[in-house]
Amino acid sequence: MYDLEGYWEAGTVEEAVQLLEDHPAAKIICGGSDVLIKIREGKLAGTGLVSIRGIPLLQKVTLKENGDLYIGAAMTFSHLTSHPLIRRLVPVLGEAVDQVGGPQVRNIGTIGGNICNGAVSADSAPTVFSLECRLRIEGKAGVRFSDMKSFYLGPGRVNLAQGEVLTHIVVPREKYEGYAGHYIKYSMRNAMDIATLSCSTVCKIDLKKNVLEDVKMTFGVAAAVPLRVPKTEEALKGQPLREELYGLAAGLVRQEINPRDSWRASRAFRLQIGGEIAARSLREAVLRARAQEEVRLRGPKQQEKVQIEAEQTGQQQEIMQPESDQHRKEVR
Amino acid sequence: MVVGKSVPRVDGYEKVTGRAMFTADLAPGNCLVAKVYHASIANGRVTAIDTSQAEQIEGVVKVVTFQDVPKISYPTPGHPWSVETAHQDRADRRLLTGRIRYYGDDIAAVVAENEVAASRALRAIKVTYEEYEPCINPREAMKGTKPPVQEECPDNILAKSEYEIGSADQALAQAAIVVEGKYETSIVQHCHIEPPVSYAYMDKGRIVVVTSTQIPHIVKRVIGQALGIPWGQVRVIKPYIGGGFGNKQDVLYEPLNAFLTTQVGGRPVKLELTREETFANTRTRHKIYYDLKMGLDAQGHIVARDMLAVSNQGGYASHGHAIAANGATSWRHLYQVPNVRARAYTVYTNTPVGGAMRGYGIPQYAFAAEAITDDAAVKAGMDPYDFRMENIQKGYFADPWLKPIAANTNGVAECMEKGAAYIQWKEKRKKYAGQTGNIRRGVGMAIFSYKTGVWPISLEIAGARMVLQQDGSVTLMVGATEIGQGADTVFTQMTAETLNISMEKIHIQTVQDTDVTPFDTGAYASRQTFVTGTAVRECAEKLKEKILEYAKELLWERRRALQTSARETEEVPGADGGTAPDSASWLPADLCDGCIVNAAGDVLLALEELAQESYYSLRHSSAITAEVSEQVKKNSLSFGATFAEIEVDIALGKIRVLDIINVHDSGRLINPRLARMQVHGGMSMGLGYGLAEQLLLDEKTGRVLNGNLLDYKLPTMMDTPDLTAGFVELEDPVGPYGNKALGEPPAISPAPALRNALLHATGVAVNEIPLSPQRLIAAFEKAGLLSASVGNGSEGKKEDGADV
Repeated sequence: MYDLEGYWEAGTVEEAVQLLEDHPAAKIICGGSDVLIKIREGKLAGTGLVSIRGIPLLQKVTLKENGDLYIGAAMTFSHLTSHPLIRRLVPVLGEAVDQVGGPQVRNIGTIGGNICNGAVSADSAPTVFSLECRLRIEGKAGVRFSDMKSFYLGPGRVNLAQGEVLTHIVVPREKYEGYAGHYIKYSMRNAMDIATLSCSTVCKIDLKKNVLEDVKMTFGVAAAVPLRVPKTEEALKGQPLREELYGLAAGLVRQEINPRDSWRASRAFRLQIGGEIAARSLREAVLRARAQEEVRLRGPKQQEKVQIEAEQTGQQQEIMQPESDQHRKEVR
Repeated sequence: MVVGKSVPRVDGYEKVTGRAMFTADLAPGNCLVAKVYHASIANGRVTAIDTSQAEQIEGVVKVVTFQDVPKISYPTPGHPWSVETAHQDRADRRLLTGRIRYYGDDIAAVVAENEVAASRALRAIKVTYEEYEPCINPREAMKGTKPPVQEECPDNILAKSEYEIGSADQALAQAAIVVEGKYETSIVQHCHIEPPVSYAYMDKGRIVVVTSTQIPHIVKRVIGQALGIPWGQVRVIKPYIGGGFGNKQDVLYEPLNAFLTTQVGGRPVKLELTREETFANTRTRHKIYYDLKMGLDAQGHIVARDMLAVSNQGGYASHGHAIAANGATSWRHLYQVPNVRARAYTVYTNTPVGGAMRGYGIPQYAFAAEAITDDAAVKAGMDPYDFRMENIQKGYFADPWLKPIAANTNGVAECMEKGAAYIQWKEKRKKYAGQTGNIRRGVGMAIFSYKTGVWPISLEIAGARMVLQQDGSVTLMVGATEIGQGADTVFTQMTAETLNISMEKIHIQTVQDTDVTPFDTGAYASRQTFVTGTAVRECAEKLKEKILEYAKELLWERRRALQTSARETEEVPGADGGTAPDSASWLPADLCDGCIVNAAGDVLLALEELAQESYYSLRHSSAITAEVSEQVKKNSLSFGATFAEIEVDIALGKIRVLDIINVHDSGRLINPRLARMQVHGGMSMGLGYGLAEQLLLDEKTGRVLNGNLLDYKLPTMMDTPDLTAGFVELEDPVGPYGNKALGEPPAISPAPALRNALLHATGVAVNEIPLSPQRLIAAFEKAGLLSASVGNGSEGKKEDGADV
């Protein structure tokens, strides 16, 4: 039995925004796997809930004409993992969210909820950071876009005002095209667990020069918010693809991350694991990038064709008009 | 013959279809809801409590505080009561308390119309405290605290015990090799699926409590004691329960709930704990600190063993010193050692309360004892298997003091042989020697012995009742409890076996109701198949005797009637039907397949026919029933071994179990499939104990840090390897069907076997469990293993300097 003041269902984003205005103390609920727990614990007891789980627009993944990928915030983890566009363009994201809890939670939990909950252990967060996604947020004042860094304010706190709804996670074309990634969740159990530490590496390689062309690396649970490691990334860029690369990455990461001692894990332990999973996720990301590059070099025509075509899945893909920069209204 | 067969569980279909009713399913719709207000300090005193706001909340029926409950201290452990005052359990708990002894102690309770109102009321209660420094370490607490945790124990030592055989000091001084070690286990929790839950109401002035318990008859007695009312005023009903593992071998919140119903005019009140409360406020497995010493002669024979054990009791006595003492007793079994000493202390601290948990002190003890056994083998340059084989007690042996505890059958050597063959011990010990690199493998083993039931340390008594129904089927009632282990099934098998009728004709009553079911102390100490089994066998034999007696009377009557009518027609078969040797074939000799048969096995009468006569015969009707209440003064040691093969990822501090087997000597198996399931369940608990589980406390405040199933790392199916169970079936001469303990033993030896496998794989001895990644990383760092390689999840992938 939950201590609830009221429950309202929105059919559209506009309705959700209006309901949140009408009930200024109400919280947004989508899957409920975080919100209901907080109510049960008494932290949010007596709250009102505005549900956005019935808004069809938020449950789609769409490829814009310009190649940007729009991921509806109410996409459940399991739908995201199996979605053809995700599997083809950003498989690392689908794999990352496939490591959330267990099947039941992945069937109700959503990527938008995962991000808005603001937990530093969120399995989607490191990859969303490494892919440099943008968040599309709708409110009374219109639509705004935010990057991840300015959205995560602290543990459990995000930059989302009352009356605002996160509608899409946007992966810009230039951030995924030519990149491959790998996410490692280091946890104490193989299922039903949160990350003790996690690392998502997204990289691009230059096969001809045999060097790491670009790399983005983000840690979960290494700081109060998901943590990119720009110094490590800069130092790794242009490095030859040799075994030494991984030892170098581990060492750099241990210099750069600054985990704290807590009852969940000690600082010394997190430093050891942080370096190790950085090295392992980089190794796997490079392997994938290499395989991807080899395919591209073998058959460039075929590859391009696949890139442009909408996925044939037996269901009609909705192609949205891209929101060009002039339509983007920064509300704050 | 049905004993020894893998028949399906008698409650299987009910449970998998969801038809089986558990306590919460049975609670009436108008049930009030109770919740407990827990202290937010670990040590201190309530100086003021204000419940006025809570009472104002809509839906709140009653708020009671520690000031309102009877001023009676009572004991809680599920032990048979002792009629000798000196042996009675420590009575140190009140229904609610103003003297806070651990973080979460019970101060007040709220009864409300629903859960939301009750939760709101809890948040509205205001308490002010006078705080004292909490002490969570028993070795510190032994030095004394001000004030003591329990006023009757000024030095905080609840109890101590010691014994010595020969002279340990002298033998250690003369030993060729001496090994010493400090070993530590962690606090863990049972994590049964169903939380402790009860509902209580009043009926004709008596209190009825329906509860998820392993020990209904003991709960009845303790409620009577706690409330200061005649025990007959209490009736306890136990439906199906969703696991207990010893936590429900303690009287938890039933007395408080019984009291609460009296405070609301006897209306039904449900008190169901949350998972968080289950962790902090019920019972845990004691954390025990061991200082062990072992002396060997030059040939590798153990000449002396010395133990100092300090057990962390927490704030209340519960099962108390019985846990640490059980380990101390085991220290003199299993191995042949001429000089043995044990000293054990159980100490009050400001932590959650230690109680019974599967293995009752032996999982802690066996971890330490089997770890030092491997350490000793390493120091003596011997293979740990050979070292054990050389030093174990083979064949019969008896405890020197606690008679009749003995190895009436002893299959430990066969268990070792079977386990070693399965895991390919010799080959792998050799193969995995001297590995380098990040991924390393190892094999390890551990053995144990375990008592069956509690005699002679405590009383063993069991009851059974059988009624021959009108159609020849038999209803069976026992006071022993089905708690998921399959007790109802094996009692049904035993009854069918002894009466020689089909299992479908035996109807066991699964619900224990202290007003109705025979007296039995309940499910614990791996006792029921042995102790209750003895009562079931006695009862079935008694029923059989009565059936045969009635059959004889009935058949004699029929024969006489036949003779009379024959004489009338002058066709007399013999002058005297009763004594002529050729006519003894009419005499009933036995039951066979639901019929009464003569000595030659010829069917004389169907049981169904006899049963109907017994109810409705105009000449002599008397329903045939049997009942026994049996004291069992027997005990037999059971044995077993674990062999495990693991793979260690050094840089990540992770252990993967590649293969693991438990081999048990539990005498004859009543139901091999159920036995295997029991072993799997125990192994899974042992794996969690060894690798992952620990209840963490804040050192400063004594608060439980990870009292939920997210942060307490109970392994999932995804963490559990395939489990293999093996058996050595020896017919035990004292068990009712050749059987001895199996319930708890499977949980004992996995943890030390894993620790010893880690030692083999890496050369690193870790003396604390669980072998959690953080603990391993610290140990590997100390041993200089962490620089071995970087970024390699598997062997064979790396080639230094090469392109990837």
